Amino acid sequence: MMLNKIFKNLLIVVLAGMFLTACATQKKVGTGVSDVYTGTDTVKQLASGVPDRVFFATNDTVLTTASRETLRKQAAWLRKNSSINVVLEGHADERGTREYNLALGERRANSAKDYLMTYGISSNRISVISYGKERPVDSASTPLAWSKNRRSVTVKAN
Amino acid sequence: MLFRFLLIFLILIPFKSHSLIEVDITRGNLSPLPVAVSPLSTDSKSRDIFEKILKKKDIGFEISKIVENNLRQSGLFNPLNKDAFLQKPNIAHLKPRFEDWALIKAQALITGKVIAVDGKLRVEFRLWDILAGKEMMALTFTTVPTNWRRVGHIITDKVYKRLTGEKGYFDTRIIYVAEEGPKIKRIKKLAIMDQDGFNNKYLTLGNELVLTPRFSPTNQMVTYLSYFRNLPRVYLLDIETGIQEVVGDFPGMTFAPRFSPDGKKIIMSFAKDGNSDIYTMDLENRIVEKITNHPSIDTSPSYSPDGKFICFNSDRSGYQQIYVMKSDGSKVKRISFGRGLYGTPVWSPRGDLIAFTKLHKGKFYIGVMRADGTGERLLTENFYQEAPSWSPNGRVLIFYRETKTNSKGEGFSAKLWSIDLTGYNERLVETKTDASDPSWSSLLSN
Repeated sequence: MMLNKIFKNLLIVVLAGMFLTACATQKKVGTGVSDVYTGTDTVKQLASGVPDRVFFATNDTVLTTASRETLRKQAAWLRKNSSINVVLEGHADERGTREYNLALGERRANSAKDYLMTYGISSNRISVISYGKERPVDSASTPLAWSKNRRSVTVKAN
Repeated sequence: MLFRFLLIFLILIPFKSHSLIEVDITRGNLSPLPVAVSPLSTDSKSRDIFEKILKKKDIGFEISKIVENNLRQSGLFNPLNKDAFLQKPNIAHLKPRFEDWALIKAQALITGKVIAVDGKLRVEFRLWDILAGKEMMALTFTTVPTNWRRVGHIITDKVYKRLTGEKGYFDTRIIYVAEEGPKIKRIKKLAIMDQDGFNNKYLTLGNELVLTPRFSPTNQMVTYLSYFRNLPRVYLLDIETGIQEVVGDFPGMTFAPRFSPDGKKIIMSFAKDGNSDIYTMDLENRIVEKITNHPSIDTSPSYSPDGKFICFNSDRSGYQQIYVMKSDGSKVKRISFGRGLYGTPVWSPRGDLIAFTKLHKGKFYIGVMRADGTGERLLTENFYQEAPSWSPNGRVLIFYRETKTNSKGEGFSAKLWSIDLTGYNERLVETKTDASDPSWSSLLSN
C-alpha cells in the first residue's frame, strides 16, 4: 500500500516532468526548430557516409534527431580511427550581434562535443573553436543561407 | 537697404548683448547656426616655412577647412561659403567689421593667425558673436607643425564648448576593423584614423582575424580579439609602441573585451564548455576575477563611468537581454523589457544612458535607455547594424551597418555610421575600405 503510494507520487512527478519538458520543447518550437537546415548542400564527408556537420535552429544549440544521427556516425568513425583528432568549429548566422554570436558558436560546437563524448570519444581528442558569424558558407542574406550557416563542423585536426 | 539693415542690427544689440549665442544640443537641431570660419592668416615668412615642412601651400586656409568640416559634420552648425567673405583674414582677426559678417547672415565668426616660431606652429584664434558685436573667446597655443590637423580639431573643440556648453569630441581618434574580400573569407585588419577620417593607419596585416577593438579611456592602449594561431584570445596593444600581449592565461576563448573607466582592468567574456561568463583582469597585478557565474551566455560587459556598475548581455531569461549588476557581480537586475532581443549594451560616458543594439521582427535598431531600463528610445532602424560606441562627450554614437545581399550573395558592404543622441544627423563615416566595430577614443587634449 505504502509502496503503491510512493509509486503513485513518483508517477505524478514523472508525468509532471514530462509535461514541463513538453512545455519547454514547445517554447523552443516557437523560436523555430523548423528553420534547421536539412539539405545536403555544403555538407562534406569526413569518410564515406560520415557527414561533417550538423545544423541548428535560430538562436538555438539543441541537436536535432538528424544531427544526433550524424554525430553517432562521426563517433563510430572516430572510434575506428583512434589516431585522428578533431576540431569542432561552431558558427552562427549573420542575424545576431558579433559578441553574442561568438558565444553561441562556442555553445553549438560544445553541444556537438558533448554528444561525441557520450558515445565514448575522449575529450582529449576534441577541441572546439567558435567563429561566430565570421565565416559563413553561404553569403546570401536569405533564411536558407542563414540556416546553412548555423552549424558545427567537424574538421580533422591531424 | 543698408539703413534698414543697420536698424535691425541696432535693435538686436540690446537683446543679444547680455546673452551671447548658445547652441542647444539637447534637441534635434533643425536650424544649424550659421557660422563663418575665416581662413587663418599667415605672414609670408611663416607661410614659406610651413609649405616647406608640410607641403601645404596655405596652412591657415587648410586648418580653417578642418574646423569648417568638423562643424558641419556635427549637424549643429552651418559653415558659410568663404567666397562670400568680405573681410581679409588678417584684418578680420584684429577687429571684424560685424556688419559685413551680419550681411552674409553669419551669427558667429572664427578668425585666427598661424605663425612659425622657432620651427613650431603657433596658433591664435578668436570666436566672435556677430549680432552682439563681441569677442566670445580668444586662445593661443603652440605645437609641432606636423600636428596641424589636430590644431583644427582643438579649435573646433574650444568653439563647440563655448557655444554648446559641453566638451567637444573632435580631437579624437576612431579604432575600427578594416574589411576586405568576399563575405565568406573576409580579411580583417585593425585600423585607426582621426575622427574625421584622416591619418588612416593599419595596425595589423590581416594574417589573422581580428575583432572588436576598444580604446582605453585613459591612454593609447587598445584591447581587441585576435585569432592569432587560431586561438581566439583577448589582446592588449600599445598603439604607440606596437607591442602586444595576450590578456590573461585562459584555457579557452576570451572575447568581448573593454577597459574599466580608470584603464586599469579589462573586463571580458571567457567561454568554456559551452558557457560564457564575465571576468576581469587587473593589468597591474594580473589578478583574474570571475564576475558572473551562470550557465547562460553572459557577454558584452561595459562599466558605468564611475566603475561601480557593469551592464552586460545575457540570455538567462531564454533570450538575449540587457542586465545591470554591481561591479563585484552582485545585485544582477534585468533592465530591458521591450519586445525583441537586446545586445551590446554600452554605458554612456555621462553615466545616464546605456546604448544598445536591438533585434525585433527582422530589423536591427540602435537605441538608448536610462540605466534603470526606462525611457527606451530607438534612434535608427536598418537591415543590420550593431555595436554602438559613444563619443567622449556622450552626444554622438558611432556604429557599423551591413547591407543585405541578394540570393547570390552579392552586394555586401560594411560601413561606419554616426548618429546624434537626438536621433538626428545620421551620417556615413567615410573609410578607405569597408569597416566595422568602431571604438571612439577619449579627447586627446583637454
